[in-house]
Amino acid sequence: MLPMIFGIPLLQMLILVYAATFDMKKIDMVVVDKDLSATSRELIAKFEAIPFYNVTGTIFDVKSADEMLLKDEADIAMVFPNNMEKNLIRDNYAQIQLLVNAIDGNSAQLSFSYTANIIGEFNKNLIAEWKGIPKFAPPSQVKITESYWYNPELDYKWFMAPGILAILVTIVGMFLAGINLVREKEIGTIEQLNVSPIKKYQFIISKLVPFWLIGLFDLAFGLIIARLFFNLPIVGSIFLLFSFASVYLIGVLGLGLFLSAISESQQQVMFISYFFLIIFILMGGIFTPVESMPHWAQEVNRINPIFYFMRIMRMIVLKGSGFSDLIKEFLSLLSLGVLFLSLAIWKYKKTT
Amino acid sequence: MTDKIISVKNLVKKFGTFTANDNLTFDVYKGEIFGFLGANGAGKTTTIRILCGLSSPTSGELKVAGFDVYRDAEKIKKNIGYMSQKFSLYEDLTVTENIQLFAGIYGISRKVRKEKEAELLKKLNLEEAKNKLIGGLPLGWKQKLAFSVAIFHDPKIVFLDEPTGGVDPVTRRRFWDLIYEAANNGTTIFVTTHYMDEAEYCNRVSIMDAGKIEALDTPANLKKMYNAKDMDEVFVKIAR
Repeated sequence: MLPMIFGIPLLQMLILVYAATFDMKKIDMVVVDKDLSATSRELIAKFEAIPFYNVTGTIFDVKSADEMLLKDEADIAMVFPNNMEKNLIRDNYAQIQLLVNAIDGNSAQLSFSYTANIIGEFNKNLIAEWKGIPKFAPPSQVKITESYWYNPELDYKWFMAPGILAILVTIVGMFLAGINLVREKEIGTIEQLNVSPIKKYQFIISKLVPFWLIGLFDLAFGLIIARLFFNLPIVGSIFLLFSFASVYLIGVLGLGLFLSAISESQQQVMFISYFFLIIFILMGGIFTPVESMPHWAQEVNRINPIFYFMRIMRMIVLKGSGFSDLIKEFLSLLSLGVLFLSLAIWKYKKTT
Repeated sequence: MTDKIISVKNLVKKFGTFTANDNLTFDVYKGEIFGFLGANGAGKTTTIRILCGLSSPTSGELKVAGFDVYRDAEKIKKNIGYMSQKFSLYEDLTVTENIQLFAGIYGISRKVRKEKEAELLKKLNLEEAKNKLIGGLPLGWKQKLAFSVAIFHDPKIVFLDEPTGGVDPVTRRRFWDLIYEAANNGTTIFVTTHYMDEAEYCNRVSIMDAGKIEALDTPANLKKMYNAKDMDEVFVKIAR
């Protein structure tokens, strides 16, 4: 029990926050240099100097470059055609081809635009033409200057940490509550309670309070880890955050107790909890913005407690949102809490 | 011995098409030790669970400690103790913690609890083990403790479902000393067992077979009726 309470948050925070990131860490680039000119060498050297790029080698035919992309040995291939430099000098115009491995559309977009940017800066006269598999719309030519709000350094860890923490509190709460009650059924102690005059609400409260405290404790523990390891700024009110978490946990624990009230064994309750958790987590918007999900999925999210809590965590921690910004989420969490807890009380029966 | 503390009329309990209790009618009187015998699967545990309010009957009239089983199940629970076949104290709590927990659930004041707890630990020779986890105690000790916890709140009736299963003869003898002591203090004992020597200790005995009560009388009368030298023979003749 104790290792679970401390170990899970520690491991999840440290491993998942680092692992679940969309930051581009390294781009493997292969160069097809048919030109072998000063210009091409200069551009290659420029890429070699950027730690971000790993220029794996220079070859001379596009076919092998294609193969390397196919085998995942390279993320991007930069092709200098014959006479590129000559054309550049004569016509003031030359083409470089970029081939992008687009198995992962997101990172393909990113590596293409990084690379195109660098080439563009290198020489405004060199126009990059790119070919991706599959084809994307060509990048916009409008020059954009960015300023990133709420996460100015675009540190993905800052975005992930509150999300992972939301999941963590959910998993710990739901599993502990679920397993605990069903374990009492398995070992038979529940009978001893059921023949006693204990009231239903007393029983549910006694099952709820310890895990509620553990959940809040884990949230605090996780926030400290995030603060220490990722330097996560906590812009909003910690008090507000914990108030929301308190309401949220009642719903999560209620759901856990409900599932264990309808289950007969620990395996069963684990399996059902897992089913709900996966759906809630993937739909809750930790990895993908909920706004870009299909309409029906957004409707389903109305009964997804993780969806609300994820938003709340990120909004309070990163944006410093106040209660008035989160009234809708608060009311939704409150109704879900009442719903799940009522289900649990309704389904827990002293007499079968 | 004329006060009925449990009265059962035409109790039927069905699980789907299977009839576990087929039209049972019997009374248990205040202060007696009532042996509830029967082969495995005869329906003893089902009846006990219904009387304790753990399971609802399909039909029949039942009164326990003066309360109706359908209407006042929670009031009955204040007046009964129960010890199931499965050991059901918390193995990951210590002896004292278990006593505290159940005393708390039954609303026993701290002062009374402390007095009774000290007395109980002394009686069971558990004083040295009182801060040990129950999981580590020998089965015989656990059973005696479970019984003592079941009667800690001085219930009017205590239901014991095969309390001495898997326990050595000496411990069984000790266990029955505890039962007698409780009975002398006015607690009615409703006990199921497979040990026929234990049946001899009961004031009255009922023998169930396939969901029906086949015989109900004092051990002496039963032996006479079935022309048997001991309860063992009576049981075999009925449950054949």
